[in-house]
Amino acid sequence: MSIKTILASATVALSLSTAAFAQDPTKVGFVYVGPVNDGGWSQHHHESVMEMKEHFGDAIELVEQASVPEGADAERVFTQMALSGADVIFATSFGYMDPIINVAAKFPDVKFEHATGYKTAENVGVYSARFYEGRAVEGLLAGEMTKSNKIGYIGSFPIPEVIRGINASYLEAKKVNPDVEMSVVWLNTWFDPAKEADAAQALIDNGVDVVLQHTDSTAPQITAQKAGDVYTFGQAADMAEFAPMPRISSIIDVWAPYYIERVQAVIDGTWESDNTWDGIGAGMVGIGEITDAVPADVKADAEALRDAIAAGDYHPFTGPINKQDGSVWLAEGEVADDGALAGLNFYVEGLTGDIPQ
Amino acid sequence: MITLVKRPTPSRLWIVLTPLVAVLLTMVAGAALFAMLGKDPIEAIRTIFWDPLFNPQFAAYSRPQLLVKAGPLILIAIGLSLGFRAGIWNIGAEGQYIMGAICGAAVGLAAYPIDAWWVFAAMVLGGLAGGTAWAMIPAVLRVAFKTNEILVSLMLVYVAENLLASMAVGALRNPEGGGFPGSRNLSQYPAAANPELIAGTGMHWGVVAAFIAVIFAYVILSRHMLGFQIRLTGQSPRAARFAGVNAARLILICLGISGGLAGLAGLFEVSGPAGQISIDFGSGYGFTAIIVAFLGRLNPIGILLAGLLMALTYIGGELAQFMLGLPASAIQVFQGMLLMFLLALDVLTNYSLRWRKRETA
Repeated sequence: MSIKTILASATVALSLSTAAFAQDPTKVGFVYVGPVNDGGWSQHHHESVMEMKEHFGDAIELVEQASVPEGADAERVFTQMALSGADVIFATSFGYMDPIINVAAKFPDVKFEHATGYKTAENVGVYSARFYEGRAVEGLLAGEMTKSNKIGYIGSFPIPEVIRGINASYLEAKKVNPDVEMSVVWLNTWFDPAKEADAAQALIDNGVDVVLQHTDSTAPQITAQKAGDVYTFGQAADMAEFAPMPRISSIIDVWAPYYIERVQAVIDGTWESDNTWDGIGAGMVGIGEITDAVPADVKADAEALRDAIAAGDYHPFTGPINKQDGSVWLAEGEVADDGALAGLNFYVEGLTGDIPQ
Repeated sequence: MITLVKRPTPSRLWIVLTPLVAVLLTMVAGAALFAMLGKDPIEAIRTIFWDPLFNPQFAAYSRPQLLVKAGPLILIAIGLSLGFRAGIWNIGAEGQYIMGAICGAAVGLAAYPIDAWWVFAAMVLGGLAGGTAWAMIPAVLRVAFKTNEILVSLMLVYVAENLLASMAVGALRNPEGGGFPGSRNLSQYPAAANPELIAGTGMHWGVVAAFIAVIFAYVILSRHMLGFQIRLTGQSPRAARFAGVNAARLILICLGISGGLAGLAGLFEVSGPAGQISIDFGSGYGFTAIIVAFLGRLNPIGILLAGLLMALTYIGGELAQFMLGLPASAIQVFQGMLLMFLLALDVLTNYSLRWRKRETA
């Protein structure tokens, strides 16, 4: 087949798909990095999507694809979705960044939304939640609840988003409990129940009695439940099935309102590239119910912290804060700006160990 | 009752027929599976096998993608097949693929931003060296200490994966990436990029290398002394020893070739379709290539066809996922059935079926 015919058929395909836009419902595509039943990140996106679908009903056509590896395969999946006539495509993992930018350049009429990334374009918007606000609340609870003064943190990838969470929870834990120590385990995966269970077990064996996680499965909760006197927090989803123990609270990603708003904008033709970074105040980060395993006064403190952050009265990264090496990061009363937070790649003072390099 | 009778020699007819029958049986069983999931089975099979090739909406894009996806599979599987024929089991091609990508990309990133023709050539050598060196570890251990190359090569995959993660967040990280993991994008650095050679065909250097590898493997196996030694060792190691085949040398050569080709596949992938070293760069090509090698009967031409077929099930499978809402795991089951039917039908190559009347007591 000559190049000419390939190009010709490509044009036919394009015109076919644009013609289809006119009559058909708005086609919305979602791509997930994990299975939709991972119990955490991907499942929660999927559930928010279902909520969004319920809101719009037949006004939209929904297509979803799960377990798409980040890299060359992702680029093909986005392209095929765009070719199939999708009007807007949501890419719900950080590693989809370069593929999305490449594909978006080829399909100027299709809108793209990328979760947790930082590269935007005319037709690529990014959105993320200020999870670190929730981490601060978790940190307070962890610092109060630990009896061994040892907190464990299961890290996924050493990217700024994860490092922010570690720093935010450590700072708050240290404030309420100066003797607290935090050990971080890096897994280099978002979802791997076996590895997560191993990491939780290793932490618990080392005397840790509160485990925070930035990985998506419920394996750490199961491990903690078996170990007994260990506290955990739901991640991405509420994980309420592990309440009141070991799960004493959770950070919930609340995506549905954002999805509804953005899809509505596509339907109305008012969609514009954005850079959304909302927290507890705007309702994108939810703090799951703090259970009765937590003493009433601690619970009240945590809720006060939550409300102060939501109201904008308190920022978890307010100086004085030193970097791990002892040098000054934020002076007394200084608040970290979003640019510095977006690229955060160091531990704060007091944290031990190195960020994998 | 039915009994199996061993054939004096493997049936030539069944060697050719089993892959075809396996594909057909997979389609039938797959259709049943999709029907049970409440999907139209005919439409599902059509979406997987027909739409990527002939649906005007997708074909212009997915036909070239077939080559992009099949290229590394074929390149790796060709290397593996030489060893498999001689009974040398390199299960760690995924690790060699990753190491080839790391070493090749490292050469390119070190040269950044020099704009010269030799940059890509040096990267190719780097990829070749990385994959070969990684495969030499199980090879030398086997020759020197009689360790099991299946285990050693497989375990080294996990070592390579962790090295990859370390490279993506450390030594090879993009200094302009704002602290995020992942190297510079090589496909945006012209001297190091492995672009489409002819626009709209999907043909990049990795695909070219795969075709060359098919031809070389064919010539080596059918015309070359090395090919004779490989086949002889696979059929009868004792006879090979009497015929003067140096077993240690053959192990080093077979693992070296398969590692080198896997490393090349990694290099072509990282500089082309993937573009960068990232934590999730390894996407299982090294393991899928094992399926491709067996699906292609360890025969170079067969591997070429098997690689294309496997790529088709991937691309069609993705289409079926979002067009029909089939779960990803159903597609994986479908691909798994292909290998299972093939191996199950292999019995017919070596045995024939006989009806025998039950003897009365």
